[in-house]
Amino acid sequence: MPSATLLGQSVLSGIFIGSLYGLLGLGLSLSWGMLRQVNLAHFALAFLGGYLTFQLSGRLDPFVTLAVVAPLFFLAGMGLHWFLTRFSVSLLNTLLVTFGLTSIIEAGIQWYWTADFHRMENAYAAVRWKVGPLFVSLPDLLTLGFALVLSLGAWAVLRFTDLGKAIRATTEDAPIAAAFGVNEKLLGYLVSGLAAAVAAVAGLCLALNHTLAPVQIYAWMGVVFAAVMMGGLGRPIGPLVAGIVIGVSEALTMAVTNPTWAPLVSFSLLIALLLFRPARF
Amino acid sequence: MRIDRRRALAAGGAILSTLALPPTLRAQGKPIRIGSTLPLTGPLASLAIIHKVTAEICVENLNKRGGLLGRPVEWVLRDDQSKPELTRTLYEQLITSDKVDLIQSPYATASILAAMGVAQRYNKVLLHTSFGIPKLAKYDMQFQTAGSPFDPENVWPNHIFDAAAKLPKPPKTIAIVTSKFPSVHAISVGAREVLKKRGLTEVLHLEYEFGNRDYGAIASRVKEANPDFLWGGTNGVDPVLMLEAMKKIDYRPPAQVHLFPAPGPMLKMPEAQGSLALTTFESHPPFTDDPAIAQFVKTYAERAQQAGIPYTSVDLQSAIMYAAWQVLEAAVTATRGTDDKAIGAWLKKNEVKTLFGTLRWNGPQNYVEGADLYKIKQLQQGKWVVVHPTQWAAPGAKVV
Repeated sequence: MPSATLLGQSVLSGIFIGSLYGLLGLGLSLSWGMLRQVNLAHFALAFLGGYLTFQLSGRLDPFVTLAVVAPLFFLAGMGLHWFLTRFSVSLLNTLLVTFGLTSIIEAGIQWYWTADFHRMENAYAAVRWKVGPLFVSLPDLLTLGFALVLSLGAWAVLRFTDLGKAIRATTEDAPIAAAFGVNEKLLGYLVSGLAAAVAAVAGLCLALNHTLAPVQIYAWMGVVFAAVMMGGLGRPIGPLVAGIVIGVSEALTMAVTNPTWAPLVSFSLLIALLLFRPARF
Repeated sequence: MRIDRRRALAAGGAILSTLALPPTLRAQGKPIRIGSTLPLTGPLASLAIIHKVTAEICVENLNKRGGLLGRPVEWVLRDDQSKPELTRTLYEQLITSDKVDLIQSPYATASILAAMGVAQRYNKVLLHTSFGIPKLAKYDMQFQTAGSPFDPENVWPNHIFDAAAKLPKPPKTIAIVTSKFPSVHAISVGAREVLKKRGLTEVLHLEYEFGNRDYGAIASRVKEANPDFLWGGTNGVDPVLMLEAMKKIDYRPPAQVHLFPAPGPMLKMPEAQGSLALTTFESHPPFTDDPAIAQFVKTYAERAQQAGIPYTSVDLQSAIMYAAWQVLEAAVTATRGTDDKAIGAWLKKNEVKTLFGTLRWNGPQNYVEGADLYKIKQLQQGKWVVVHPTQWAAPGAKVV
């Protein structure tokens, strides 16, 4: 029988990894739900963000690098949106186009940083606290903090501001929203840019917590997709909640059974949701 | 164009100096084309670049020495993208379309198995560097150049536990945590049997999927099991991720092995110091006592740096590729041709001295049972050094 400490530490570990799933899923959920673009390149952007943080961290504090990387990504997101709308790429085709873009970004990362593993040395990694018998590390806590702030912030903006209402109206019915004076095109660029900027934050968290390698771009896709679908498209808090549910379920599975069963958890949960709440999709 | 006396003398001197070279140093005629694939992209790319740089040095050195059979050597390399099914197609193309004279090893078990099928269809000799499950190598003209035994699941755990027995506090309890990556998994399964025979106690056995993202729960379980020795059935960057997860919960195993770690990322980790791992070669004496090998180590360091490889010392990965080219050169030279059947027959009856020992293929399925050329290295003060067996240990190095 696993001890309470083991279970508690596993739950904490699940919450932290789940918050990263949520952070990665936030931008994907926004562009999918609001813009009808399934942006697979979001994962590649997040890793590119991680690599840029790694590169710049030699000269700047990792958090300061966000001041450079996030605006850059905002522009990249707007550029991608221009491309997809200019050529009227359909929902299904956005999947293919952005998969191609992912491969290009991966090749670029491999060309510049090589296929080898890179690890960002930083002072934050060594900071941890003991809470009773449990340990909490600063990078994990920061990831959770970013995920909470950005998800709740995005939810609040969509829920309580005129800008959010305009975005939601555009998502519901763009022509009618335009008839009421909503600048649909500008909002599209804004959402796409913000989604990409969130990838920069996710990249920072990846670099703080994980070893980087180009091929790992694909390792996160399945589980984050599951979190986004379970959380609901265009719902900012959904991927975070679903991510934490998946993360904790995976961690508890690893704590009480053979860890080899853990990868089945996310998709089992997704299938269960499809079976019992099909109306959600 | 007017040719003045100085230019004429210079040109004449150049021609004379070329003619003055010993005949064996001037590769002439149609090149011998040697084809292979490597996973230059995809999950195995970080290791493939090591093999590529090594093979380029080998081909360059061969041609400097006059090529093979007096003919220049041309290496035809294709990117198999870490996909065995593509490896199969590319080897087919290399043999039928590119019409290479000989083939050389791809990387990793699945791709080697794919290439082996093609080699068998066309009766080509296949030298291979990194085949993790020897019992699957049924083809008569396949020859490993990694120094692996026929039964790594038995031999390698014994090497590791022999080395662990030399630790200041020899372990009695073992936690086995292994990836399901085929080769390391098979060795870890073997380790479970070996430790029982040696009177050790298994206190934990965990398996996880290759590519696992979160090691938090695994780290907590190891901490709770509190073993004397952590057996990490790990490769690539897994050990780093596992040790970092342990660091987060303020735990460090008293002693540990990680079978095939990516050497670079572990160097700077304080938690990784003292880790054991398998190797065939490290860049220190007695391996580098041979001036040619010392020169290779130096050249590799330069080329690896140019290629952006973070870890620039020759170790297991680079050495097994170098050995593959040593074996190829020895066999072609001895048989005085590129006939695959003749090369295959010669290899079965002979042995080849490589940079990490003498390779033989006179056992089951062209392997040797119960013996190999593997050693145990340990991460000591930020450097990997061989510590077991003693005759291959770095000067003054011992298990600590």
